[in-house]
Amino acid sequence: MSQKESLFSEKNIKLFTDPFNNGNPITVLVLGICSALAVTVKLQPAIVMGLSVTIVTGFSSYIISLLRNTIPNRIRIIVQLVVAASLVILVDQILKAYVYEVSKQLSVFVGLIITNCIIMGRIEAFALGNKPWPSLIDGLGNGAGYGMILVIVAFFRELLGSGTLFGLRIVPESFYVKAGGFYENNGMMVLPPAALILLGVIIWIHRSVNKKLVEK
Amino acid sequence: MNRDSNVYTVLYAAVLVVVVAAVLAVAAGALKEPQERNREIEKKMNILMSVGKASDVNQADDKNTYIENEYKKYIVEAFLVNANGVKTEGDAFNADLKAELKKAEKERLLPVFICNDNGTRQYIIPVRGAGLWGAIWGYISLKDDFNTVYGAVFDHAGETPGLGAEIAESDFQKQFSGKQIYRDGKFIAVEVIKNGSAPLNDYSVDGITGGTLTSKAVGKMLFDCLSNYTNFFDVQKQNN
Repeated sequence: MSQKESLFSEKNIKLFTDPFNNGNPITVLVLGICSALAVTVKLQPAIVMGLSVTIVTGFSSYIISLLRNTIPNRIRIIVQLVVAASLVILVDQILKAYVYEVSKQLSVFVGLIITNCIIMGRIEAFALGNKPWPSLIDGLGNGAGYGMILVIVAFFRELLGSGTLFGLRIVPESFYVKAGGFYENNGMMVLPPAALILLGVIIWIHRSVNKKLVEK
Repeated sequence: MNRDSNVYTVLYAAVLVVVVAAVLAVAAGALKEPQERNREIEKKMNILMSVGKASDVNQADDKNTYIENEYKKYIVEAFLVNANGVKTEGDAFNADLKAELKKAEKERLLPVFICNDNGTRQYIIPVRGAGLWGAIWGYISLKDDFNTVYGAVFDHAGETPGLGAEIAESDFQKQFSGKQIYRDGKFIAVEVIKNGSAPLNDYSVDGITGGTLTSKAVGKMLFDCLSNYTNFFDVQKQNN
């Protein structure tokens, strides 16, 4: 890579946009599924989770890339874990201080960001061999690609499972059987299996639109 | 220096750990104040919810101010009681229940909060115990006969979602109101039983299906914590 390459060159832009389509960590690489099932009952925690993961993947890739020529090979993985784990703790502390309710809803899953394969995957596969700026973009892009799927799943789960979006009522109170109407929330939507089914549907749609992803 | 040498590796690890520790320590120190404020608000909210107040907190524009105002309006008194049931001076709000419960029964100083809603008084008692996976805690409020439960809230550190964690849901909690903690003059607290094993009565509530151990832990917590207050109840009943 030449030194003069611009910060937003086509190649760098592609690093960011690829995870939204051909390289999506959830629908294509099938990473980070566990937390995708757990935090998508409501939109707000899903968005906060998506942002948290984006920040952690972006900056852990950036920091590791800065250090990449100094890290002793034998403790490479440990160094990566220490960097990623510290960022996770920082994010957790900030959430506890400024969005306490959401941090209670996310509970252990913020701490478990460290176990999200996307982070270690991007560090190992990309940040160790690339310069800091592209690594940052790659990390942010992958985190955002993950967050996007979370938000799509959470949108449907909250709408169909609770009749609300961001906690605001969408399905009018009077539609419900309780109030003499005809409608009932889909109880399964608030349970984890619903997220798995929705994810399956998203992968299906994604593959039928993007033929490149279909194995020959 | 050779990147694969032992000295380099050990030094690298040591420096990394010190740097990371310093960064985290600074962050924890800087964020301590808002975090503690959040905990204080949550505690006040739980105390209010145990007497059925603060129910429309989610509609409030500024949650913190709303909670503070409601707390000032309804919670008129907070004090500590000793093992003989006598009021003692002290900071009831910041009393460390966990530490007090570890002390010998005679030495415990336990908090009581009084809610006054248009002249009717409810007595709010914090409870704490061990759940299946971690601590469980809550607040239970009694009417001024010191027998009938007015309301209860519970929370937990890490009970199983969908099973034991249901103790934090209002469906479980609302069963408690109207139950009695004395049966024929004997203190029994409120039993949490498996539905079907015995018919529900004025002294028991239905436990959570699939959350039997947590449900039982709630019953035990209520018995263990409220039994510390029986002398206080007796003193108050005599005064009434």
